[in-house]
Amino acid sequence: MSKDFETVIGLEVHVELKTRSKIFCSCTNEFGAKPNTNVCPICSGFPGMLPVLNEQVVDYAIKSGLALNCEIADYCKFDRKNYFYPDLPKAYQISQYDLPVCKQGYLDIEVNGERKRIGITRAHLEEDAGKLVHQGTISSTTFSLVDLNRSGVPLLEIVSEPDLRSSQEARAYMEKLRSLLLFAGVSDCKMEEGSLRCDANVSVRPYGQEELGTRAEVKNLNSFKAMEKAIDYEVRRQIEAIEDGEEIIQETRTWEEERQITRSMRSKEEAHDYRYFPEPDLPPLRISREWVERILQSLPEMPEKARERLMEEYDLSEYDAHLLTLTPDYLAFFDECTLYYQDGKIISNWMMGELNKLLNQKNMDIAECRIKPAALADMLKLIDEGRISGKMAKDVFEEMFETGASPEKIIKEKGMEQISDEAALGTIIQEVIDKNPGVVDDYRNGKKKATGFLVGQVMQATKGQANPALVNKILAEKLNN
Amino acid sequence: MDLYELTLHELQEKLHNKQASSEEIVKAVFGRIKDVEAKIQAFITLDEEGALDKARKCDARGDFSSIAGIPYGLKDIICSQGMKTTCASKILENFVPFYDATVASRLKEAGGVLVGKLNMDEFAMGSSTEQSAFFPTRNPWDLDRVPGGSSGGSAAAVAACEIPFALGTDTGGSIRQPASFCGVVGLKPTYGRVSRYGVVAYASSLDQVGVFSREVRDCALVLNIIAGRDPLDSTCVDIEKPDYTEFLRDDIKGLKIGYPREYFQEGIAKGIKDTVKKALLKYEELGALVEEVSLPHSEYALPAYYLVAPAEASANLARFDGVRYGRRDFEAENVIQMFSSTRAAGFGDEVKMRIMLGTYALSSGYYDAYYLKALKVRRLIKNDFDKVFNDFDLIVSPTTPTTAFKLGEQTGDPLTLYMNDILTVPINMAGLPGMSIPCGFVDALPVGMQLIGKPFDEGTLIRAAYAFEQNTDYHTAKPDPGVM
Repeated sequence: MSKDFETVIGLEVHVELKTRSKIFCSCTNEFGAKPNTNVCPICSGFPGMLPVLNEQVVDYAIKSGLALNCEIADYCKFDRKNYFYPDLPKAYQISQYDLPVCKQGYLDIEVNGERKRIGITRAHLEEDAGKLVHQGTISSTTFSLVDLNRSGVPLLEIVSEPDLRSSQEARAYMEKLRSLLLFAGVSDCKMEEGSLRCDANVSVRPYGQEELGTRAEVKNLNSFKAMEKAIDYEVRRQIEAIEDGEEIIQETRTWEEERQITRSMRSKEEAHDYRYFPEPDLPPLRISREWVERILQSLPEMPEKARERLMEEYDLSEYDAHLLTLTPDYLAFFDECTLYYQDGKIISNWMMGELNKLLNQKNMDIAECRIKPAALADMLKLIDEGRISGKMAKDVFEEMFETGASPEKIIKEKGMEQISDEAALGTIIQEVIDKNPGVVDDYRNGKKKATGFLVGQVMQATKGQANPALVNKILAEKLNN
Repeated sequence: MDLYELTLHELQEKLHNKQASSEEIVKAVFGRIKDVEAKIQAFITLDEEGALDKARKCDARGDFSSIAGIPYGLKDIICSQGMKTTCASKILENFVPFYDATVASRLKEAGGVLVGKLNMDEFAMGSSTEQSAFFPTRNPWDLDRVPGGSSGGSAAAVAACEIPFALGTDTGGSIRQPASFCGVVGLKPTYGRVSRYGVVAYASSLDQVGVFSREVRDCALVLNIIAGRDPLDSTCVDIEKPDYTEFLRDDIKGLKIGYPREYFQEGIAKGIKDTVKKALLKYEELGALVEEVSLPHSEYALPAYYLVAPAEASANLARFDGVRYGRRDFEAENVIQMFSSTRAAGFGDEVKMRIMLGTYALSSGYYDAYYLKALKVRRLIKNDFDKVFNDFDLIVSPTTPTTAFKLGEQTGDPLTLYMNDILTVPINMAGLPGMSIPCGFVDALPVGMQLIGKPFDEGTLIRAAYAFEQNTDYHTAKPDPGVM
C-alpha cells in the first residue's frame, strides 16, 4: 500500500442467531432443509399475518451484546425497512432503525503483537430475507425460484466504528468477533453457510487528515480471505484513482471472486430510500435490568478470560493459549482432557500438532472428531508408562482418529506395545551382536557410530516396538563388556 | 315476524325454546338474501351450501349455547379459511386463505354459521363502498344512496335483515359511519381489545375489528366472543375482559356525559346537530349529567390521519407483488415490470392514491415534516381526550356530518369524501372505543349518535347505548328495500 495514505475500514457484520425458531413465527430455524419446508403464512407474508417477537432472540441479542461489551438498551423498538424484492415476502424487512438493542461496545484485537481496541457502534435485530434460486446461470434462465426457508431467520447486524486500518486488522476483528459469538453460543458463525456475513466500508485519506475519505461499501465477501483481498484491492483502487486525480464516489461495490476485483453495483444517487418507520405491529421492547442480569449469569467464560487461565494454570505460551481459545469446542476439548491428564502443555502440543494436522487434512471440525478428550489422555498416559514410544503414539493417534477406537485396544490388536522387558530385549540384542561380528569389531576399534546400525537391527527385529532408551542401555552394556 | 327479522338474542331464544331450528333460520336468511340482495348488493361471496351444512350439524348436536346455529357475515377483509377473501380488490380476486382470522375462528368455535363475505371499499379505503372493485352496495333506506364505508356491505346487510349481525373493521370510522348511514348499531372497540390476526391490514396502528347489529344487546354478546388477548397479535392487550352483557342495565343515573363543542360546529348538518342534541336531552331526562366539553386538537385529526394511515398502508399493501399469491402479470418481461404491472392492474385509483401519499410522506427528507409531525398531533389528540375523561365517563357527538349521500355524489373530490370521517377519525387516532347507535331520522334517513369511551371501557358505551335504546324506538324502525 502507498505510504502516503491511511486506510480506514468499518465492518457491518450480519450474524444468524441459532434460536430454535424464527424471529417472528414458530417455524424451525435450520440450515439446509428442503426449499420452502420451514415456512408458514407469517414468514411468507400472507395477508393479515402479524409478527410476534421470539423471546429467545432477545436473549441471544443480549448475550451477544454483553460478549461485545455493549450497553443493552432498556427500551428499543422495531422499524420497517421498505423495498421490493421477490425474496422479501412483505416487501419490508422488520429491523431496528434508531433504537437498536445494543450500542457502544468494543472488542480487542491483536495484530503483529500489538493490542488494539475496536469500537462497536451498534448491534440491532432484524429478520433475514429468503433467497432466489436459479437453474443454470442467472442470465440464461427464464425464471427465478423463491425459497423462503431463510425468511424470518433472526439476524443481529453488528456495526463497527471506522477504527480498522488494514485488511489484517479487519481479519483479526472478524476472527475475534466470531470467537466471541461462538463462545456466547449465539451462532454457528459459518461464512460458507451464510450464518456470518460481512460488508466492508473502505476509504483512504492522506496521513494526518482528520476528515474521512469518501467510502465505498464492498459486498459479497464470502470468506475471510475474500474480505482481505477485496479490501486490499479496494484500497489500491482508491489510492490509484486519487493519485490519477480522480474523485472517489460514494457507492456500493461487489467483490468478484473470479476476476479478483470489486465492481460498482450502484451509486449513492441510486441508493434505495428505505422509508423507515416504526413497526406498528410490535409494541416497543423493554428490557429490564433483571433480564440482562439473568443473561449475564448464563454467559460462559469468554475467550480472553480462558486464555489468561490457560497461561496461568498450565504455563502455556500466549500463542498456544490464544489458539486453544479460538473456539469454544477447542477449549472444551482441552479442558476436558485436563480432567484426565495433568500436563496441559503436552495436551496442547498434541492438539496443536497431530490433531490439527489431521483435522485440516480431513477439513473437519473438532466437534466432529472421533477422538474424545479422555482417549487422548489415555494415550498420553501410555507414553508416560513407557508402553508406547512417542513415535508409535503418532500411529496410534492416527488410528484413533480414523476409527475412534481406544488406544489400549489399538496397541493390543496391532501388537504395537513397546517391548520394555529387559530380559527379552537382552536376548534379541545378543542375537544381533552375534550376527554382526564385523560391526562389533568396528565399534570396539573406536567407530562409535556403529551402534546406530545395531540399534536399527534391533528395531527391525522387534518391528520397532523395542523401547529405544532400553535398547541403547543394554547394547552399551553388552558392547562395553 | 319472519325469522330473518329477528335479532341475535331473539334467535337465541327461538333455538333454546326449540321454536326454530338453525336450518330454518339459515333458510330464512337465504330466502331474505334472495329477495333483496339484487338491490342491496351487500355480499361479495355467499356460501349457502356450507351454511346449511353447518346449521344441520348444529341442529343435530342440539347445543345452542353462545351463537351456535346463528348466521352472520364477515367483512371481506377478514380472512376465512377456505372461503375467498378479496378485500374488494382485483389483486386478491381469487385469494382463498388457508387460515382463519382469530375473530373468524372465535365465531366459528362459538358455533356461528358463516353466510358469506361482505362488500367494502377496496382495502377499507373509502367512506361509501363505491370503491369496491366489484360493485357498489346500496343503502337499504334509499337505494340511490350509499351505505357508507368502508364496511358498507356489513352495515347494509344487517340493516336489510339479510343477517342478524356482522363483523367489520374501523380504521377512521369504517364501522361507525356506515352504521350511522344504515341506522344500525356499530361498535369499534378500543385499539388492542380485539385481535387483528388474519385481518388484512390497512393502517396497523388504527385498524380494529368491531360489530354491527340491530340491537345493543347483540353487540355485547358478540363482543364477548371476539374480544380478548390473542398470542398471535402483539398489539392485542392482555387486559381483563368483563362480561359485556352485565352492562345491559337500564340505568345511567349520575353518568357524566360530555359533548365536545368542536363536534357541533358548522359543517355538521343542522338536522343532525338537532337530532343529537335531542338525544342528549333524553340522557339528561334519564338522569345523566350532560355538559359541554372541548377537544381543541380534533380539527387536526383528519390531516394527521391522512398521513399516518396512508404511510402504514404503503407498507402494508406492498406485499401484493404477484410473487406468492393473488393476481400476477405473467406477460411481464422482468421482475420490476411484473411488480409494477401487477399492481397497476390490481389496485383501484383510491388505493393507488393512498399508497402514493404514504410513500411520499415517508420519503427521506419529508419524514419529519409529515409522518413524525402527524405522530405528535396524535399525542395531542389523545391528551385532549384524557383530560376530558378525568371528569367525564362518556363523550357524545354526532357520528357523521350528514346523512347518507347519493351514489356518485362524492366521487369527484376526495377531500369532500374524507370529511365524512371528521367526527370519527379522532377516536381512532386516540385508540379509544367508539360506538354509533340510531338516534333519529332526518328526511327519512337514519342519524347516528357517536358514543366515545375511556380506553377499554366498552362497558360504559354498552350501558349508555342500551339505556338510550330501551327508552326510544329508533332501533325498531326498519327500511323497506322492496322485494324483487
